[in-house]
Amino acid sequence: MRLELRAITKRFGSLVANDRIDLVVEPGEIHCLLGENGAGKSTLMNVLYGLYHPDEGEILVDGEVKRLQGPRDAIAAGIGMVHQHFMLVPVFTVAENVVLGDETVTAGFGGPLGWLDRRKARREVREVSERYGLPLDPDARIEDLPVGLQQRVEIVKALVRDAQVLILDEPTAVLTPQEIEELFTVMNTLREAGKSIVFITHKLKEVLAIADRITVIRRGRVVGTATAQMSEQELASMMVGRAVQLVVEKGPGTPGDNAFEVSDLTVLDQHGNRAVDGISFAVRGGEILCIAGVDGNGQSELAQAILGLIPVQAGSITLDGRQLVGGGPRRTLDAGVGFVPEDRSRDGLVAGFTVAENLVLDLYKSKPFAGAFSLDLTAIGKNAEARIAEFDIRPTDPDLPAGTLSGGNQQKVVVAREMSRPLRLLVASQPTRGVDVGAQEFIHKRIVAERDQGRPVVIVSTELDEVLALADKIAVMYRGKIVGVVPPDTSREQIGLLMAGITDSAAAAQRSAAPAGGTAGGTAADHVEPGEGADDGAAGPDRKREGTGS
Amino acid sequence: MTATAAELTAPAARGLDRARLIPGLAQAAVGAYALWAFGLGARTASGAKAAVGMALNPNAPGALGMQTFPAAPVAIALSLVCVVCGVARAFAPLGPAARRGLTVGYVVSFVLAFLVWASAGTSTLGGVSLPGVLNNTLIVSVPLILGALCGIICERSGVVNVAIEGQFLFGAFSSAMAATMSGSVWIGLVVGALSGALLGSLLAVLANRYHIEQVVLGVVLNLFALGLTNFLYDKLLSPKAAEFNQPPVFQAIRIPGLADIPVIGPVLFDQNILFYLTFLIIAVLQVGLFRTRWGLRTRAVGEHPRAADTVGIKVLGTRYRNVVMAGLISGLGGVWLTIGQVGSFTTNMSAGKGFIALAALIVGRWSPVGALGAALLFGFAGGLNNALAPLGTPLPGQVLSMAPYLATVFVVASLGGIVRAPAAENQPYVKD
Repeated sequence: MRLELRAITKRFGSLVANDRIDLVVEPGEIHCLLGENGAGKSTLMNVLYGLYHPDEGEILVDGEVKRLQGPRDAIAAGIGMVHQHFMLVPVFTVAENVVLGDETVTAGFGGPLGWLDRRKARREVREVSERYGLPLDPDARIEDLPVGLQQRVEIVKALVRDAQVLILDEPTAVLTPQEIEELFTVMNTLREAGKSIVFITHKLKEVLAIADRITVIRRGRVVGTATAQMSEQELASMMVGRAVQLVVEKGPGTPGDNAFEVSDLTVLDQHGNRAVDGISFAVRGGEILCIAGVDGNGQSELAQAILGLIPVQAGSITLDGRQLVGGGPRRTLDAGVGFVPEDRSRDGLVAGFTVAENLVLDLYKSKPFAGAFSLDLTAIGKNAEARIAEFDIRPTDPDLPAGTLSGGNQQKVVVAREMSRPLRLLVASQPTRGVDVGAQEFIHKRIVAERDQGRPVVIVSTELDEVLALADKIAVMYRGKIVGVVPPDTSREQIGLLMAGITDSAAAAQRSAAPAGGTAGGTAADHVEPGEGADDGAAGPDRKREGTGS
Repeated sequence: MTATAAELTAPAARGLDRARLIPGLAQAAVGAYALWAFGLGARTASGAKAAVGMALNPNAPGALGMQTFPAAPVAIALSLVCVVCGVARAFAPLGPAARRGLTVGYVVSFVLAFLVWASAGTSTLGGVSLPGVLNNTLIVSVPLILGALCGIICERSGVVNVAIEGQFLFGAFSSAMAATMSGSVWIGLVVGALSGALLGSLLAVLANRYHIEQVVLGVVLNLFALGLTNFLYDKLLSPKAAEFNQPPVFQAIRIPGLADIPVIGPVLFDQNILFYLTFLIIAVLQVGLFRTRWGLRTRAVGEHPRAADTVGIKVLGTRYRNVVMAGLISGLGGVWLTIGQVGSFTTNMSAGKGFIALAALIVGRWSPVGALGAALLFGFAGGLNNALAPLGTPLPGQVLSMAPYLATVFVVASLGGIVRAPAAENQPYVKD
């Protein structure tokens, strides 16, 4: 099926989200739609799926103009969509979700009161999943499935409806590296079966890995087309509209004395397991320590324990000699700790508050934002204007609810708040998760600037690229322990092995012989060789579902 | 958030789950109390006989006579069953189904022990009439069931309906009036159901189109219904009762054969058409919600409306249709109050039943059969109270009427599992 969009324009009030966009998707190709957050990619796809009605322009399927009044028309025209926030009913089974809206009914009273044909629903799921190599249990409940499988359900749902063009809206944002590999395999299978895929993303590496053709969108307009032969640098410049530094500019640090020390820290997760298991490390002033590891190996709990959000079972956390354990978040913040949480929408922002209010969430009760009896709204407004200009937060209206901003700009609000007061330590979890290239560059620069002012910085990140770009020292966490502390020029392969829990057996023996805390900042395992050691621990811990959107 | 000391030493204590231990032991303790109070207390002492009437109308020809048996041993045995159930629940490694069974067994034994105790030495007064208790229970339950079913349909599609009380009043008022004026109970029934749907459509429009907070909206609609029916009662029904408020009532339809079953026959199979209709609606809805296309779509709209929208289901259309249709059912609940039972309308005659129906649907976990169970439990309050009133038990009637609600809390807590409302409840659907 050949799909063509001609001069699609979509306006929301005065905002032109899509400005005369042309796009052709040939049969059997993977067409990447590349653009920053808020560039208008999702709007365009919602137009294509019939969720929005374009103000101008037309959609052609195999040369024939189609008027898509709603998703039903789009589905009938052979268009399927996997939304960024999955459109799955969490309490329904896989089969129920797949057939919803397109149910086969037997006997009963016909029409709406027709009896659901569950057997056929299961069979359809099985057939499609076998044909395209997407194994699924039709009777599993969606909420019990990991995110990767939920996405698979969405794909099967579109295929059961005989979609010829499949739109994948930011499909990799929620996946682990392994799941992304699997998704790419599936995409290749579908391409070979003659389906076309529109792949929406802002991640350059993924585009170059899989795309047949690339259309770049910036501020609602097509700014160019590209092929997978282009370099990341060229694509990034095209996407952002200016030259972007993909490599963080970072001179050699001038580390001082140990400023932030964690020793023998043990933290339990909500099930009583040791999420953080007796770890020790130290960060010097003017040094960035990156904590690498596959998601779910205790990094989140470590970061939360540093802030004082969850209780510490044993061990100590000291900043400039002051004990932070037991004080709770307020005292930790007052001690000069800036904290960027990993999940900004849950822990970083109050979505319904305005940008201006969010920018003083931690300072609302101190001068100059609080008077004797009430908030000083003028001061809060001035602060907001200054931060918005400094951190290039868009749109620039301080009175918009924070929840209406794009992900990248929400993150900038959090970073702006946390970095705009005098700090003695910066802790940032996943500082650039779901953030586009432009904002990423900016946030990285600010983090390096903090270091250059002599502050200790702890970055928790599951993105190896980010770790390698920022770190002065890398600590790899695996199942609650630090399995190695390595310098930033260590090879990716070596760090990858550590992330899978594979250490040199000799080093492992040495560690277990050493007293507790033997893995402290660079004592025991500064250089870990890729080992022939046990590989039984290679499988990462199971990832839990991260919510099903909406 | 804060881990307790017990949780920190969890590995050692894993075998005994506190979540099972505490309710189990509490049950056992209450069972032991029952043993002391019901089995060994003064009322059952000295060989008093428990007396249970077995017929709804003892004077009818061929009716089963009153049964008597020694109260103390039976009460002791039943109390011991309670204790055993509680202990087993606390310590035995049982699956959820087995634990649920134990809880049900516990509640039944406890209630029976109580009845034996209450009826001890009352044979001269006719004893506790078993069919009487059952009959009262069912009659009180019918409007609760209908109201809860209405709420289930609404909430399953994502609209909270707190206006069930108002729909009862509308249904009761208009059916009494229509039946009086036309002289036909059937016209009363249709008009009553329609007037419930009328209030329902008001709710649907204000909630779906104008996005008014649905709980507040429901409360306002209740006050509106109360005010309007009070006003019309004062101006119309009360002064001109003969013209407007002396309706015929539905007569019982005796189902031959089944109605002759001892004890339960006359209770279940000698009732009016509304009674049978109620149970028919339960069955249809139970199957409809979980086995049909309508049910799947309704639940999808109540859980994740956007997902439903993206597969071409009309979210608002589904909500309008369901809320109006549900209004018909709660309108029937109102019909039951007047021409299904007493006949004429009196002010505020729903007297909070709409809210109890709301509780029944939550206790019944948004399922028609669950709501039936919960409504019967609540209905048991009235039934028991009426049956025991003439027997002179030491317990005041108010305490008795409290008991089922206490039992509800107890049962819900110990049945376990997560009670979860439809996810999109009370959220207006706005396309962006």
